[in-house]
Amino acid sequence: MMSNLTSTERARAMLITGAGVLIGLTMAAVGRNDPMGAHGWIVLLFCGVLFFIVGQKLYDAEPVEDRSVSYYDDPTKIGILLALFWAVVAMGMGVWVASQLAWPDLRFDAAWSSFGRIRPVHTSGVIFGFGGNALIATSFHIMQRTSRARMPDQVSPWFVLLGFNLFCVVAASGYLIGITQSKEYAEPEWYADLWLVIVWVVYFVLYIRTLARRNEPHIYVANWYYLSFILVVAILHVVNNLAIPASFSGAKSYSAFSGVQDAMVQWWYGHNAVAFFLTTGFLGMLYYFLPKRAGRPIYSYRLSILSFWGIVFFYIWVGSHHLHYTALPQWVQTLGVTFSVMLLVPSWASAGNALMTLNGAWHKVRDDATLRFMMVAAVFYGLSTFEGSFMAIRPVNALSHYTDWTVGHVHSGAMGWVAMITFGSIYALTPVLWRRETMYSWKAVEWHFWLALSGTVIYVFAMWNSGITQGLMWRTYTESGTLRFSFVDTLIAMHPYYIARAFGGLLFFTGACICFWNVVMTIRRVPHHTPAIDYPTTSEAMEPAVPAAE
Amino acid sequence: MDMTHEWYVALSKSFGLFWLLGLSVAITAYAFWPSLGGRFDKAANSILDDEDGPAQPTSTKAEDKACR
Repeated sequence: MMSNLTSTERARAMLITGAGVLIGLTMAAVGRNDPMGAHGWIVLLFCGVLFFIVGQKLYDAEPVEDRSVSYYDDPTKIGILLALFWAVVAMGMGVWVASQLAWPDLRFDAAWSSFGRIRPVHTSGVIFGFGGNALIATSFHIMQRTSRARMPDQVSPWFVLLGFNLFCVVAASGYLIGITQSKEYAEPEWYADLWLVIVWVVYFVLYIRTLARRNEPHIYVANWYYLSFILVVAILHVVNNLAIPASFSGAKSYSAFSGVQDAMVQWWYGHNAVAFFLTTGFLGMLYYFLPKRAGRPIYSYRLSILSFWGIVFFYIWVGSHHLHYTALPQWVQTLGVTFSVMLLVPSWASAGNALMTLNGAWHKVRDDATLRFMMVAAVFYGLSTFEGSFMAIRPVNALSHYTDWTVGHVHSGAMGWVAMITFGSIYALTPVLWRRETMYSWKAVEWHFWLALSGTVIYVFAMWNSGITQGLMWRTYTESGTLRFSFVDTLIAMHPYYIARAFGGLLFFTGACICFWNVVMTIRRVPHHTPAIDYPTTSEAMEPAVPAAE
Repeated sequence: MDMTHEWYVALSKSFGLFWLLGLSVAITAYAFWPSLGGRFDKAANSILDDEDGPAQPTSTKAEDKACR
């Protein structure tokens, strides 16, 4: 992979990683009396390893390939492998966390293994590690293909991918040593947040630069979704993480917000993380890989545009539904309810559009587990958005909030929709990227599909039962007006569901392991294959919107 | 200018309302504008044909090539 970089690019990569080493050293030095010092060593190690990997090849021969005839896929390949690595790690963590709830002894009495520390490793690991890497990798793939243009340079995609993974490593390791700013899905402290801003701006600029080189007059809708993901996540991340560090030699910082404003900003961020990290980016995946795999254009392109703007407009307002019956003004809560209910329209438009695309290709859905992953993802997307709109209504929320129903809802979205579309996309992408004839084992894909589906269904049903039981027990009064059940009564009632949940998660985790194995075996064992269509396109629409100068 | 609660309410009830309405109308018009149908169809179909190389700045059409 290094051999595809010119010596200038290698030198630039060494400069960047060298600067990273210095930053790590500085952090380790000034933060030596604080947990931040440990992060300094992690940064130093991460950048140091990359520095030597590049340095070893610095004086190798210059690449001979003609860059104008192929896309730049090396970062995409590594991104897919990193996504699967994070999937295995973070879903494994998830199984452990779930098991701790059923059998608390599984904490083994260590500080780092307490629920509060490994739970964010699970959530951040699946959202950012698995989801984020999959989004970055597929966006690199899709933006080049739909633009029919190669990325403008070869250093910034690596900077984005590896820089993002450095953020993930710093985040996950920080939780284990007790560094957190206690904002859900935004736990990392100020220096990690600053670093992510830099990475994210480079990502945005890279995407725009690629689109500026495009040879298609119209920007395909998947790119709109990816761009909304990149742009809005940047805004959310910056605003929610506004904080003053207690000192520059320590991890601790204080949020710029306090009280109910802090809660509102956090859930404006939190729900839009669901919207723009876990929805629009993955809809970009759906709008590209599902039509491609089904061999049919999207059912209604016009509807995809309309639902894009609908989702973007409505989602941004719904965060306050996380704060029903709190100090938040009633009208803000009502605003959240209204937009949450309206959001159902563009969400179902997207889900319906995906399913209607499959109309006429149902035999492919039956035979092809990859396409089935995508179909099930669209179904779960429809189900969980309906459930979400429903749960946002204040009286429903009175029953569901703080119970396992919320956990079930999140997982029906995260496992059923986000992970399913990602696995489908990975199976569609792997043979194309590595130029292989097919996946190593189609049987394994089938196994993965059924494990993932049954795991999701078991998980979600367990949490529905548990959550509603819990919610109803909390609001049951005796004739004298006191609470009928103690807290421990609810725990006993929930215990069997917790075991079922851990089992469902285990099935899902097993599927992810099979996927990783299958992808690695595809790369190692499946014969190389030069696709019949592997030639530079003369696009029918050679009307560059922007002159392709470079 | 005083950034009071009333000021925000007035803004959202006047400008905010028409801004959202205007954008909704504009987007719906764009999405369903009849003459854009060709462009959208082309875009929807564009991802289905080959994906394995960037477009080449040449005037030769695909069907003029000797082989795929």
